[in-house]
Amino acid sequence: MSRKAKIIIRNLTKAFYKKQGSVTALDDINVTINDGEFVCIVGPSGCGKSTLLRILAGLETPSIGEFTIAIATDGENRPLQSMVFQERGIIPWLTVEKNVAFGLKMRHLPKKFIKERTAYYLKKTGLEKFSSLYPKELSGGMKQRVSIARAFANDPEILLMDEPFAALDEQNKFILQEELLSIWSETGKTILFITHSIDEALLLSDRILLMSSQPGKIIREIIVEMPRPRKIEDIRENPAMAGQFVEIWKHLQEEVQRSRREDE
Amino acid sequence: MKRDDKAVRYDPFEIEQREWKQRQTKERLKQMLTIASPLFLLLMWELLSRTGMIDIRFFPPPSAIVSTFFGMISSGEMAGHIGVSLYRILVGFLLGVIPGVVIGLLMGLYTPIRHFVSPIVMALMPIPTLALLPIIIILFGIGDLSKVITIAGSVFFPVVINTAAGVINIDSIYLDVAKNYGASKLDFFTKIAFPGAMPVMLEGIQMGQAIALLTIVAAEMMGATSGIGYLIWVSYKAFLLQEMYVGLILISFFGYLFSLLLRGIQKKMLPWR
Repeated sequence: MSRKAKIIIRNLTKAFYKKQGSVTALDDINVTINDGEFVCIVGPSGCGKSTLLRILAGLETPSIGEFTIAIATDGENRPLQSMVFQERGIIPWLTVEKNVAFGLKMRHLPKKFIKERTAYYLKKTGLEKFSSLYPKELSGGMKQRVSIARAFANDPEILLMDEPFAALDEQNKFILQEELLSIWSETGKTILFITHSIDEALLLSDRILLMSSQPGKIIREIIVEMPRPRKIEDIRENPAMAGQFVEIWKHLQEEVQRSRREDE
Repeated sequence: MKRDDKAVRYDPFEIEQREWKQRQTKERLKQMLTIASPLFLLLMWELLSRTGMIDIRFFPPPSAIVSTFFGMISSGEMAGHIGVSLYRILVGFLLGVIPGVVIGLLMGLYTPIRHFVSPIVMALMPIPTLALLPIIIILFGIGDLSKVITIAGSVFFPVVINTAAGVINIDSIYLDVAKNYGASKLDFFTKIAFPGAMPVMLEGIQMGQAIALLTIVAAEMMGATSGIGYLIWVSYKAFLLQEMYVGLILISFFGYLFSLLLRGIQKKMLPWR
């Protein structure tokens, strides 16, 4: 199946200059992500995966290289990307409803439209009852739902997710992963998702990009063939998936040990 | 194991209820202590003063102070002093808070302004406004204006510093969120910077309020013809200590009242805290 390319990253390099010694966070990254694809980036901590996402999110600029996000030709005026931040990224002085409406309000869309779209995603994420509460009254899982609803309500060309479930307990994580997959299959959005959890990557993605650290490079690409809908127990039972798990695990292990040796 | 059917079956809720009641009693005791402490102080004062254990000339009994207070009210002189002082406090407070907030926000939002203004603020802050009172009187006369300016000068500093700090210390993730979702400059200010700085800013305003009261008394002691500070000073000079104490207690009362008022406003304005 050949689909249109949605995100094209070409020769992207990011270095951080410091007096005590500069670091190459990303080294010559070349990636193409197709329209509607769910791609996870997995790598050891400090491999620059967050930096890559922040560059795509417009929060950092690349040192060299470029990326493009293709615009859909359906005539809708969408923002290029929206980011699902980690749990503390929801704004404490705005109610749940206003948090979800944040992106739409920043774009100054008609009030009625904002209200409808916000209500739709509040319902979709089970937040209806909590719409007038402030984030301090929510559990971690609920907060993360707000963050997801905010990004989807903004209806961007692509979604960027920065370890959104890292702080959640296992049960909540499973529930939210399923909810995310259901919204994704309904909206057909392209998602670039960062995680350090191999299970999460195998459960969610069409394709996994493995990164090495210092300099951050994409060293391997793993296609997850398992049909959807997937369940975590299927992944555990499926021998092919178990093989992929071990493959990724070994890679991470090697990377961590290599960077430790280099530090010494 | 044999079960003893005769054993008393405890209702778990009953046990919890008993403990809850005990906690309630403890809470009430704490509240009682809070109310009792000033009463105890007054009672001791009254007793020691009446029995002559402390010098009645320096420490007139509270009951005498209260009757002096009512005497002063009925003679009409009290209302004038209180009104004048409250007016000066209010105007001076606003004249300090408003520029404090505006300049503080500018310092927080724009780094060049911060780097330019903050050394000036830091250098001027340690100078007590009261030490400038002679020059303020020369410039603004001995009327209300000089008092108002003195208060404004004292209130300004804690407000400006806290407001700037409030903006600077907003968690950077909210700045990222605003940028990622394409917030305009105006939206960034109204949705992120201002509400985010609000808690620390209100702390500064609370501090300013306390300073305003400290300042008014001293400002009215020098070159004034009315006000609570003037009352305290004139009574002291005439050795009318009962009248002096009335002034002191009034200041204490208004300080407490304003604190409560501002705390209430704070709660209203920060429902998300």
